[in-house]
Amino acid sequence: MTKSIHNNLDRHKIAEIQPLMQIHQLSLFYNQKPAFKDVTLSIPQNSITAIVGASGCGKSSFLICLNRLSDLIPGCTVSGHIQLGTLNILSPKANTTALRRRIGTIFQKPNPFPMSIKKNITFPLKEHGVKDSQQRHNIVEQVLKDVGLWSEVKDRLQDNALTLSGGQKQRLCIARTLALQPEILLMDEPCSALDPISSGIVEDLILRLRQKYNYTIIIVTHNLAQAKRIADYTALFWVDKGCGRLIEFAPAEQFFNAPNNELTKAYVNGIKG
Amino acid sequence: MNLSGLKMIRQNQYGLDKVISLFFWLVPLIVTSLFIWILGDIIRGGIGQLNWAFLTTAPLDTGRQGGIAPILVSTLLILGVCLAVSLPIGIGTAILLAEFTPNHNWFGRLVRRSLDVLAGVPSIVFGLFGNAFFAKTLGLGFSILSGGLTLACMVLPILIRATETGLSAVPQEYRLSSASLGISRTSTLWHLLLPAATPGLLVGLVLGIGRAIAETAALIFTSGYVDRMPTSLLDSGRSLSIHIFDLSMNVTGGDANAYGSALVLILILLLINAIASYLSGKYSKTLKV
Repeated sequence: MTKSIHNNLDRHKIAEIQPLMQIHQLSLFYNQKPAFKDVTLSIPQNSITAIVGASGCGKSSFLICLNRLSDLIPGCTVSGHIQLGTLNILSPKANTTALRRRIGTIFQKPNPFPMSIKKNITFPLKEHGVKDSQQRHNIVEQVLKDVGLWSEVKDRLQDNALTLSGGQKQRLCIARTLALQPEILLMDEPCSALDPISSGIVEDLILRLRQKYNYTIIIVTHNLAQAKRIADYTALFWVDKGCGRLIEFAPAEQFFNAPNNELTKAYVNGIKG
Repeated sequence: MNLSGLKMIRQNQYGLDKVISLFFWLVPLIVTSLFIWILGDIIRGGIGQLNWAFLTTAPLDTGRQGGIAPILVSTLLILGVCLAVSLPIGIGTAILLAEFTPNHNWFGRLVRRSLDVLAGVPSIVFGLFGNAFFAKTLGLGFSILSGGLTLACMVLPILIRATETGLSAVPQEYRLSSASLGISRTSTLWHLLLPAATPGLLVGLVLGIGRAIAETAALIFTSGYVDRMPTSLLDSGRSLSIHIFDLSMNVTGGDANAYGSALVLILILLLINAIASYLSGKYSKTLKV
């Protein structure tokens, strides 16, 4: 993880940061029917990239390509190229287990495993070879503190995770992902299933993670105001002839204040979408 | 429409509702009373026979006198062989069907269709098959092994379907989030999916055991008739269901002991049922899928 810290966020400076992930001509098909087509963009390092757009424009489908979760969906095929450092993600030779450790995912609906709170975090850790139980416990404490859950659950780590509230569950899912120290976090509308207060907590958490650990975060959101609050970069997807397209990708300031595309202008001004 | 007309419709509706709910109460009542009648009859006839000596001594005078100890042992051995073979094969096949073959896959469809056909095959056919294949071709003769293996064939479709249903009921999100954490498919299966599917598996197990333990036709041709205490799995052994059949059909004066054996059979079934529902309740409490 690089050490560049930008507490005083200067978006123009960030624009110079080199891209972490390069996506070229990416398309995804469900049984030959395209969900989105020909998306080319570069995800800048240590930044929050928001993907916005109306429902059904392929935002979530785009996200699941990036760590090959699309492999799990029957009838789903992906074409194009995704480069992460020296790794060609879409290559059949790519090790998906290692890849998914580098690129963590947070889903829309919080989905902790039906195990204890602690085991939700230690189970993936064990899987990835953290054998020492004291070390695992330290990680549990660390990540639960990172997501602000430690004080709420430290006395009931053995309780079933399904007894937590919606917002707590989502933070546990984030903690579980953080425990694996990923480089990139993919978030698919992580707040949309939560009440406004939990949603605010998770949003603050996302900002804190970027600042404290320099995570690169790609977040799909329905909530334009949220994108405006947290994003460094914003991409607009839109349906064109029944298939999702990337309309505009720009630094957030430019995206919201002076977009190039007419569609973006209409969307950010609330005329469309 | 005026108010009184509306009222009349309401009253008619109400009357119809009453008739229909009466019908829906009556049907289960008939079913339950049938069950209670049979159970009552068996308890009435068998309770007098039931004592420790009945369970621990060998039958005398072709079963008219004495107990059922060797028959109990044979029954449990046959059941043991049946489960030892059918559980691993059944769970393995269910995993293959639920996790590795999508619904439209031709192989999965073929296996599912075959299982449905197998589940409907009359037990006498299984008995003849077991006799031809296990007893004759494989040379196992009339033995507990032949009987257990034949029962395993019969129970497999039930076991597989129930386990598969249990696995399919596990939310897809668990698989996705597990994969997103870089957890291998094997670990996901072992630590997440199988525990979550356990209640379904237990249901299948109870149904399977129920079918196996009540089986008569398939066993006559495979495990045989001999009511001696078996000394090995290659010995012939008489199951409880065959013992009941024999006592009530072929042995005059064997009715009392037939009742006693039937009561024991039913008690075993109820016990297995109770254990399974206890385990299933315990699992669903901790896992809550």
